[in-house]
Amino acid sequence: MSAKSTAEAPFVAKTKVGRVTDFVDSRVGGSPILREFGRKVFPDHWSFMFGEVALYSFIILLLSGTFLTFFFDPSMAETHYQGSYTPLYNVEMSVAYSSSLNISFDIRGGLFMRQVHHWAALLFVASLGVHMLRVFFTGAFRRPREMNWVVGGVLLILAMAAGFTGYSLPDDLLSGNGLRIIDGVIKSIPVIGTYTSFFLFGGEFPGTAIIGRLYVLHILLVPALILLMIVIHLFMVVIHKHTQYPGPGRNDGNVVGYPLGPVYAAKAGGFFFIVFGVIAIMAAAFTINPIWNYGPYDPSPVSAGTQPDWYIGFVDGALRLMPGVVNGFHFEYVIFGYTLTLNVLLPALVPAGIIFTVLFMYPWIERWITKDDREHHVLDRPRNAPTRTAIGVAGFTWYCVMWAAAGSDLIATHFHVSLNDVTYWLRALFFLGPVIAFVVTKRVALALQRKDREIALHGRETGRIVRLPHGEFIEVHAPLDEYKRYKLVGFESPSVLPAVPNEHGIVTRKEKRRAALSKWFFEDRVAPATPAELEAAHGHAHHEAIETAEQKSLSH
Amino acid sequence: MGNHSDGSPSHSGTVATAGQNEVEKFQDPGLPPHRLRLADTDPRAAKRAERQVAILFGASIVGTFIFLVAYFAIDLGDSSIATIRTQNLLLGLGTAFAMLGIGTGIVHWAKALMPDHEVSEERHAIRHEEDRQAAVRIVDDIVEETGIKRRPLIRNTLIGAIALAPLPAVAIFGDLGPRPDDKLAHTMWAPQDGKLKRLTRDPDGTPIKASDVTIGSAFHVIPEGLNELHEGKLNEKAKAVVLLMRLNPESLNPSPGREDWGYNGIVAYSKICTHVGCPVALYEQQTHHLLCPCHQSTFDLTQECKVIFGPASRPLPQLPIAVDAEGYLVATSDFKEPVGPSYWERDQHERQINS
Repeated sequence: MSAKSTAEAPFVAKTKVGRVTDFVDSRVGGSPILREFGRKVFPDHWSFMFGEVALYSFIILLLSGTFLTFFFDPSMAETHYQGSYTPLYNVEMSVAYSSSLNISFDIRGGLFMRQVHHWAALLFVASLGVHMLRVFFTGAFRRPREMNWVVGGVLLILAMAAGFTGYSLPDDLLSGNGLRIIDGVIKSIPVIGTYTSFFLFGGEFPGTAIIGRLYVLHILLVPALILLMIVIHLFMVVIHKHTQYPGPGRNDGNVVGYPLGPVYAAKAGGFFFIVFGVIAIMAAAFTINPIWNYGPYDPSPVSAGTQPDWYIGFVDGALRLMPGVVNGFHFEYVIFGYTLTLNVLLPALVPAGIIFTVLFMYPWIERWITKDDREHHVLDRPRNAPTRTAIGVAGFTWYCVMWAAAGSDLIATHFHVSLNDVTYWLRALFFLGPVIAFVVTKRVALALQRKDREIALHGRETGRIVRLPHGEFIEVHAPLDEYKRYKLVGFESPSVLPAVPNEHGIVTRKEKRRAALSKWFFEDRVAPATPAELEAAHGHAHHEAIETAEQKSLSH
Repeated sequence: MGNHSDGSPSHSGTVATAGQNEVEKFQDPGLPPHRLRLADTDPRAAKRAERQVAILFGASIVGTFIFLVAYFAIDLGDSSIATIRTQNLLLGLGTAFAMLGIGTGIVHWAKALMPDHEVSEERHAIRHEEDRQAAVRIVDDIVEETGIKRRPLIRNTLIGAIALAPLPAVAIFGDLGPRPDDKLAHTMWAPQDGKLKRLTRDPDGTPIKASDVTIGSAFHVIPEGLNELHEGKLNEKAKAVVLLMRLNPESLNPSPGREDWGYNGIVAYSKICTHVGCPVALYEQQTHHLLCPCHQSTFDLTQECKVIFGPASRPLPQLPIAVDAEGYLVATSDFKEPVGPSYWERDQHERQINS
């Protein structure tokens, strides 16, 4: 090799960056990587930014979190506050709470870092959620990306775990009540609940161990797992290459977009600073979790209008919606001498269980119903998959009903309505909301598809009214160019897949169920417009009239 | 619902089978022609964009200085909330300027000045059949060389060993906490050495005279001696806190066996919600309802704190009280049932207490 390279003229890099790159490359052999990635093409769309927001807020969480660990002390030992926040001076509290107050009031920039950390955490979970909604509604979870969808779901759960463990650390009154609720939920688990609670808290609630234990989970275990999952997630993104929205020139065999260097890297890299800047503005201007207002944890007081961080809200809301007693039936009952607390167990586990089970299994459910095992790299516009979109919105609505329930008391006080009525309505919406959302969404999606057809065939409404020689008024429609038209017609519209017999000539019960679901999925469909239809539409006398009118108006 | 594959009801006849045939589909016209930006054609526009990017980077530099000035020039010595707020605002705005300047500058640079030609790249198959077959052969060879198929004894003992090996890893966490035993069934209210515990005010621990409790009033109560505890004070408090209220005796309807649990219309109930353990801190004096602010469980005092709304399923436990020789309220015994959220062994513990 060396003989050969000396025989040729040795490579000399032109720029300084090139020389440094060459130095590293000649020692570690990085050129194949650069060759692969230097100009790798990434499709661009605003909706692809949510995943980036999540990644960047995680980086900001690592940076601000590391700062906080230098000053935070997770001990639950009792102390008397000696810091500079006078209203709590000499109040008995835990060292954890006292050090959180010190970070806020005695460390310069500490309050800012705390607020950056908390806002970034809220944004992290939110952007993960929105990113997953984008992936769901555009069908990006389909083959070959099912496993990456699952990794994303795991990341969502880990993000919530990271949030909750961190939320509890300052040991203030609000987070202490949050832990109290968790303890109550854990105790409701049959057989092992009491032991689990004692093991978690190192004895009775609240004990003196829980903050230290949550701290280890929060700064070591959970972030390490998140980091691992992010690496796997991005690795798979590179293997699969990014999906792209449908449009002219884009198909399942190519990827259209900007090369990584320089445009895409600049945009994505610049976006990190923008996310950081936005979080900094929020941390500067909007107070988050003012722990000094809550006071140290004490099992006796509680403030009205207590709320968890937003991502835990749906579980808390489910807890609120569940009635403890219905028509004299107590959901807490005794079975073989043991207490089964269904009024806590059901709402805490069942809705979250259903949401995450369906979420994790959805790619396989849809693949089974549609028998679509092809690779998809072009996304669906949500309207072009009406049933999937309707399922997604139904699930989202269900989540939002529970989420709203977590603020039932605030809804009641803000709108001056009865708290009980708010709860009754939300209980009804818990069951009806998803159904209504499903029907409405499906109808809206189909209507939008019809509108697309209309525009593809007859053109865009110009708002220009023309009077024809015989007195008729018409609105002039401007025909689309072929690129815009292709965007509206270039999609697949699968139809119902009837049951087929297996190799023994038998239509199994499972296959019948699949066929029924396929009917439910694809029965209502709007097929994309075809060239023949366009021809027919143009041949239409009405349109000739428009076109002549158009020509006339042009000739004026 | 029929087959609505038509575009709209009025077109149903013509398009019932539209789009089924591949031939009838529109052909992909390919990438639209590239449109030049102003900066691509007009050197003045390019120069202007260049200046804008530089100004944004300049704003970032200003932001960094704002941060540094706010950090070093503002003295937290007096530590008033206003100073901290100002410093926080300036540090934040400084950071925001520093970051947004760089971010928007780079993005503007990329969008206005860097080449914006969209490129099309082929996707490659995720795996090649050749590789797959080679991999399968390798795995087969590896399995064959271990001989695991021919030696079931090795295989089965290995599976057994691996299945059991994680057990110590689970068992080693056994000392995370003590056994629960019946700790949840008892509180500090149990009389100590025959001496009944007085009801004292939360948080200062001063005893309460029955005569201090007027009709309609409510007291947050802790047991006598709680504040003097050195260890596990919060643990005891988390079980023992009590709400004390006085109603018109006629509006109380004590059930058989509970007639002497109150005194002159004064009753004491556990403050720990039977749902998931929040303090039931809100007392509606007019309706005699107790409301838990966490999940809105509502208990009716006139029906021995029966649940009348919300997710709780069990009444709040009542603390039997009386008056001692000096006129102070005392608990005649511990609660007759475990307080707080339910747990698996709860019923068992209740039966033990009452036997």
